[in-house]
Parts: sequence; C-alpha cells; structure tokens
Amino acid sequence: MSETVIHVENLTCRFGDFVAVDHVSFQVQRGEIVGYLGPNGSGKTTTIRMLLGLLRPSEGYASVFGFDVYRQAEAVRARSGYMSQKFALYNDLTVWENLAFYGGVYGVHQRQQLEEVLEIVGLQEHRRSLVNSLSTGWRQRLALAIALVHRPQLLFLDEPTSGVDPLARRAFWDLIYRLAEAGVTILVTTHYMDEAEYCQRVGMMRQGKLMAMDTPSALKAHVLPGPVWEVFLQPLEVGLEHLRQVEGVLRVGLSGDHLRVLTRPEIGASDLETGLRHAPLKLQGIQRSEPTLEDVFLTLAGKEEEDR
Amino acid sequence: MSDYLLEVEHLSKRFGETAAVEDLSLRVRPGEIYGLVGPDGAGKTTTMRLVVAALRPDRGQIRVAGVDMQRAPEQGRRWIGYLSQRFSLYEDLTVLENIRFFAEVRGLSAQEWRSRSLEILRFVDLERFQDRLAGQLSGGMKQKLGLAIALVTRPRLLLLDEPTTGVDPVTRQDFWQLLIQLVHAASEPVAILISTPYMDEASRCHRIGFMRAGRLIAEGTPSELRARLNGRMLEVRGSPLSDLRAWLQQVEGVEEVHSFGDRLHVRVRQGYTQAVLDRLQQHPSPSPSIRILSARPVTPVLEDAFMAFASNQPVESEP
Repeated sequence: MSETVIHVENLTCRFGDFVAVDHVSFQVQRGEIVGYLGPNGSGKTTTIRMLLGLLRPSEGYASVFGFDVYRQAEAVRARSGYMSQKFALYNDLTVWENLAFYGGVYGVHQRQQLEEVLEIVGLQEHRRSLVNSLSTGWRQRLALAIALVHRPQLLFLDEPTSGVDPLARRAFWDLIYRLAEAGVTILVTTHYMDEAEYCQRVGMMRQGKLMAMDTPSALKAHVLPGPVWEVFLQPLEVGLEHLRQVEGVLRVGLSGDHLRVLTRPEIGASDLETGLRHAPLKLQGIQRSEPTLEDVFLTLAGKEEEDR
Repeated sequence: MSDYLLEVEHLSKRFGETAAVEDLSLRVRPGEIYGLVGPDGAGKTTTMRLVVAALRPDRGQIRVAGVDMQRAPEQGRRWIGYLSQRFSLYEDLTVLENIRFFAEVRGLSAQEWRSRSLEILRFVDLERFQDRLAGQLSGGMKQKLGLAIALVTRPRLLLLDEPTTGVDPVTRQDFWQLLIQLVHAASEPVAILISTPYMDEASRCHRIGFMRAGRLIAEGTPSELRARLNGRMLEVRGSPLSDLRAWLQQVEGVEEVHSFGDRLHVRVRQGYTQAVLDRLQQHPSPSPSIRILSARPVTPVLEDAFMAFASNQPVESEP
C-alpha cells in the first residue's frame, strides 16, 4: 500500500527573468529513496527550499504529508529533517554537545531520544570526541544524527557522502536503507552519478527542468536509444573524429584509455569495426559496456538541446 | 632527459603520528593522465604539495622533468602548472585581469603574457568572455579559467586537484576534451596528475593509483583494475531486498553484498561464480518470504575494484 509523502505539480520558481525551477512534477511514496540528480545550479536546492517552505513557489503546487508547503510550512518542517552538505557543526564541541545543542533547537530535551539517535548512526563510542578530531565519514554521520533528532518521517539529504571513503559511503547508505525500511521517506540531492546509483528512483534535473524520473535500471533501459560500447584504439582523437562519421553512431566520448560510444540498437561491434576500416588508427578491441546514469543524463540533455 | 615527467620514489611524509604519505612510488609519462584516486584524507593533496615542494618529504625522492625537487625546487617548479582544489579567482577582476595577475606572479613579462593569455583563452573557449568579471562566470567557466591560469607558463606537468567537482556532465565532457588535447599536443605533450575521490572521474584517466591511508594500494589502467574482478560480480534482483541481502551474505562463496538502489551487487570468491549463480537460479525462493527475480554476472565497475582492494581481501594480482 502506498502513501504519497511528496506531491509536486508544475512547481515553478522564477528569480526575475531566470527560471530556476521550471514546471516540475513528481510524487514520492512513503519509505522510498529518491535521488534528485543534476549539476550545480540546475534547480535542486531551490526545489528543496520550496518543499521546506523557505521559498514561495512562483507557480504550481507542492504538498508534503498533505500539507501545503508554503502555507503550512511549520507542519512540514516539524516532520522533515534536512542534512545539508555544508552543515555547520561546532568543531570545538563534542559529538554529544553538538547533538544536545541542535536537539534543543528542535525542542528535544529527553536524553533517551538523543541516545536513540546516536545509536542509529553508530556514534555511541565517539560521543566524547571533539568534532574536529573526527574523520569526514564520522562527521557526516553526526550531521545525519542532527537531522534525525526530532524523529522526522521525511529526510532531505544534500550530497550526503561527498568526499567520503567508498567503504564509509557504503556504510552510510546502509543506514539510509535501514531508515527507509522503517518507513522514513528520503530525498537525496546530488550531482554525483555514483551516488545516484544508490537511490531507488532518480530524477534528472538540468536547467530547472526535470528531464526524467524513474528507477536507475528503467532509465538505462528506456532512455538510451541503443547499446553502449567501449572502443579501444590509438590515437584516441583520430578515433573520435572517425567514429562520429560512422553510420548509426549517436554519440562518442573520451573515457581515459578508450572511447565510449552510443549507437542505434541495430548496430553491432562488427559495424563499428567496418566503419573504422579505412581510418588511420590501430583498433585494439570493442566490447559492450554496462550503461551508466551519466550515459542517460547526456542522452536526455542532448534531447533537450534538440527540442529547443 | 628521462622518459618520465614525474618520478616519485619511496615518498613518505608524517604529520606527528599520522603517516600522510607512506612509501609512495609512481611515474607519469608525457602524454599520460594519471589519476590519484581515494577518499578525503587518503594523502592525495599532500602528495601534490610534496610534488610542488611546498612540503619537504621525510623520505624519498621527487623528480620533475628530471629535476630533483629537493635540490632545485625553483628550477623544477618552472615545469609545473598547479590547479589546487581551493583555488580562488579574484571575483572582482575580469577573466583577462585574473590571468594577467597570475602570469605576473609567475614572472612572465608584459610582452609575453598578453599573447600567451589570448592563446590560452582561445584554447579553453573563454575568449568571448575575457572582459567578464570572474565572479559572474558559471561553475564550468570558472574551472576553465582556473585551467587557463595553470597553463599560462606552458607547464609540462599539470597537477589538478579535483578539477570538475559539481560541474554539469555536459561541461565536464568539454573539460576532459581539453585535457586530452593537452596531453596529446604533438609539439610538447604534457603529463597530468589528477586527484579525485570519484570513480566516474577516475574512469577517464589513462592510469590510476588507488590511495588509502597514505599508501598506493593498487595501480593500473581502469580496464586492468576492473578486469581483476572479471566474472566475480553479480547483479541480483528480488524482494524484499534487505532479507535477500542478509540471506546472500550466508551463501558459500559470497564475499560481499551491498545494496545498490533497486538491486544488489554481489562479489563472489574466485572460482565460485557458477556455483553461486546455479544456487540462485535453482532456488528462486530460498525462504517463504524471499523471492529472487534475476541473477546475472555484470561487468565490474571501478568502485567494486576499489572496495575489493580496500577491504583487506587481497585480490590476486596479475601474473
């Protein structure tokens, strides 16, 4: 049984002539982990600020737990936690002191409730550590603890694991999955494709528009017009120029020691090989590649440009 | 002159009790983009600061274009362009004024800097914006201006500390295109050492070194590193994911399971792939509540490789 937690319809925000968020619509169900992926300046944070009632929508409508985000902002904020990437922790206070301070801001004074949060994020043993002695991974957990201190049922995470060790990142995401299983709804904004892969559904934002929102697997299966290939050859620039001319090739990009090529569905490795036969280069190999969310993003961005 | 533009041998640097860099050796050739890949605190930035001789190593040697950086740091630095992570532009100066400022700091004469600046602005495609205030540039344009400034002295070794963080993927493609043009310049191929905590950035480098706790834990081309796990990564779908995950962790031959959005990624021990796949396919419902919808081998991604190297389960190195 699903229960809609976030409902957004034609949400728009203009700053003068600039459209920061442009007629965005989506829904998020209870317990879902949804990623909101896009580069800096694409409208992610503006959307979150509207959802938290900090910014008035110029047009459209949004509700959280059935409350109008602007007119009933207090009710929304009482039920939502926000972990910002640039969260201000007090470096010269201990973990516990930080938690108690922010708990107080939310009116949470019971020791038991603070203990509970500390346990959820696994910081019990560091309670007396000064924040400036903690690794980035532990600080991120403390920021999460603070966002959870008033037991919110909806959590906004802004690039939660940037710069964290992959091992620590996976541990952090395990926490997030556990919260979601307990019924907490999670919206993660990020510009890292790596991070978006962890979400159950991903919305892709660019220049204020929500280009698509679906599961990572569905995005890869439905958005990409055909397969992705890794083509190993030398020299790379010569390959880049020639592959662009080959019939059925839709996009070619440089990727370290090889080229990444998106083609129409009917194209096979042998077609690419034939297309390169007369090019002055040394072909070393062609293999099918797993599509990435970046492939999806670039394809959607390309469509947007064409439509203009 | 040596075949390498950068040679680092047995480099170590401690800060008090912490080994920031520990016995690190690496070499970068002209025409090569080498990625130093690891989390914050792994020692990437310290390595770069040692290379530019902003810090003195406790042990080890660094040569830039054959110049010993401890004996002749000034001479070595002439070959280096450095775009640091916390690089700050003067927001109230124009694009051209920023370049001029940094060119003069680096000792370029008035005659030299102007023609060189325009040439570089053309290269990074900012020529049209030369009179715009740096503070009014987009993130991607600022990055390009940072690169232009690092290039003004015609360096042969370019050090880039997390250059494309937060940039639109479309712009990032352009930025990388510029880097590739630089390293392939026929007349004076450049060597690039780039640091990043992100695997999607790392996968674009020619060669990468995984760094963790000051040490280089693995080195190779992205394809080589991924290939060390070939056939050992499975993607499993089913429901409920959390129960399925807990169950999978008990299956013989399974090394690690992690959630990945709407699916699980499973790393199996060498030689167990078929056994694990058979087991999953023959028993699609290992308990009344768990259902396995699909299981298939997938191409390992770099993050899988990093995890395998980092989790103390040594990956068999290639012969």
